[in-house]
Amino acid sequence: MQSLPAIPDIFKLKRGSGSPQRFQDRLTIFLFLLPAIILFLLFVIYPIFQSIYYSLFNWKGFGPATDFVGLSNFKNILSDKVFMIAIRNGLFIIAFSLCLQLPLSMLLAVLVGRNMPGRVFFRSIFFLPYVLSEVISALMWLFILNPDPERGFINALLILIPGVKAQAWLGNTSLVMPAIFAALTWKYFGYHMLLFMTGLQNIPAEIEEAARMDGANVFQNFFFITLPLLGGTIRTSVYLSVLGSIQQFILVWIMTKGGPVNASETMATYMYRFGFVRFQLGYGSAVAIYMFLFCLMFSLIYQRLTRQPDYLTGL
Amino acid sequence: METYRPRMNWGKFATRFLQYFILSVIVVLVLVPIVILIFGALKTRGELLSHPYALPIPPRWENIVAILSKASYSFWPMLRNSLVVMVAVTFGVVILCSLAAFVFARMDFRGKGLAFNLFTLGLMFPINVAILPVYFVLRQMHLIDSLWGVILVQTAFQISGNIMILRGFFTAIPSELQDAAYIDGCTAFDFFWRILLPLARPALSAVAALTMIMSWNDLLVPLIVLNKDKYWTLPLGTMQFQGQYGTDLSLVSAFVALSALPTIIFYLFAERQIVSGLTAGAVKG
Repeated sequence: MQSLPAIPDIFKLKRGSGSPQRFQDRLTIFLFLLPAIILFLLFVIYPIFQSIYYSLFNWKGFGPATDFVGLSNFKNILSDKVFMIAIRNGLFIIAFSLCLQLPLSMLLAVLVGRNMPGRVFFRSIFFLPYVLSEVISALMWLFILNPDPERGFINALLILIPGVKAQAWLGNTSLVMPAIFAALTWKYFGYHMLLFMTGLQNIPAEIEEAARMDGANVFQNFFFITLPLLGGTIRTSVYLSVLGSIQQFILVWIMTKGGPVNASETMATYMYRFGFVRFQLGYGSAVAIYMFLFCLMFSLIYQRLTRQPDYLTGL
Repeated sequence: METYRPRMNWGKFATRFLQYFILSVIVVLVLVPIVILIFGALKTRGELLSHPYALPIPPRWENIVAILSKASYSFWPMLRNSLVVMVAVTFGVVILCSLAAFVFARMDFRGKGLAFNLFTLGLMFPINVAILPVYFVLRQMHLIDSLWGVILVQTAFQISGNIMILRGFFTAIPSELQDAAYIDGCTAFDFFWRILLPLARPALSAVAALTMIMSWNDLLVPLIVLNKDKYWTLPLGTMQFQGQYGTDLSLVSAFVALSALPTIIFYLFAERQIVSGLTAGAVKG
């Protein structure tokens, strides 16, 4: 007769290599991962390699690509003034998002606080624009930014101020980016506010209480207690904000199509214009590669700088 | 002490007042574009031209009724297409991501880290950046002008983020449960299906709610995939409607308001799920 092994050993024995359970586990792993991996490789990873290939050709999209041009697409993009405008606008959106939108979201999150009556109401309203589609948001802003004060609400308010004239917000090369930024802020500040509200929730109330007991005023409390403890949330928020700014497309495309005279072009509208309007697919692919590289570079540098493996964590 | 108390209350009252004042101003700013849109939708074309900012009293339902009843505006077919895509994508994402997230949270195998990092790569390539390359692949696979093209691409680009979210939730479920289930003779699939999924229902509904919003609102993928108007989804149709009838502002407002309505209703019911999904995605990673 065999002696009965202890329970943990049964457990190990049953899952040892070569056992039917082990085989079953492997089959499970394989079958569970397979559909996600196939779809992911086919529609996310494979296209990247395809566009690397096509970016080396001058290709209009019909028939096989034969006109090999090497890296000249990449060179031409960098010497295109419009692409530089697109990069400048990207930096504009990033800078203003970080300097205005994020502090605003944080301020509102702090104002709403932990247990203020009406907290849920404010959160729901502020978050509403984020849930509405980009098409709807863009059209609503298109309406209120109308240059005619009889049709555009913002101008109707503006001309009430003596000496101020109605502005063609989206038709003026120096006003178009601020106008688009206003729409972007309207749509996205609620999301960042939500992140900060969650971050604040995770700070134990006792810490702030203790500081108040020790005589810290509201501002000291905020700058020396709350802000440092929100570090992780701020990093996440900055990361998402920058990646979001790099790829801004629908809002801009519907409101201005990148105009007037390319003044509101972003990298994504630039790529769309060459890829889907002019059908210069090789050139468009090269633009896509640049955007990939910007996103990748930013992600890697950001991870290195913050040493915060939060959003892109591996195992 | 007695004089100190009331003063503190007064200070508290002033801060509260200031708090509510600032927040109310922001509420007004947030609501202005939405209110203007609704006003426009509830006026006739003539009213909107003569009194653009007056309250729509009495409300005129003509434009709303016209959009809902006139076949040439094809509001209902677009709604149907959007629904088909949304339901398919949501099922696809929930099923594929919970399967994969389970493996990453609960099982060990060689190459796990590599496979996981492959999926995290997807977080760095948002669909807006990848849209042109994706178009090549769809064209090769003859998925242009088919709702399948939209469904597959939307699903594929939702995989990364949602695997991360679900993996976070699954990891939080105690491993003793798994040991106990295995000792009782469960296979990995039994454990997943009978124990883990029922426990993770809040997480699954968060992922489902997020995916529904994303799919319902997406314009970019339908824009490049669907040329024929019989396949158009609501966002794409809304954009085209504005292009075609842009001069009749009240009619366009009515269309936009109607296409926003399902999202707003859904938001009212699923706000908790949406919020928990978004914060889990960003904070837990």
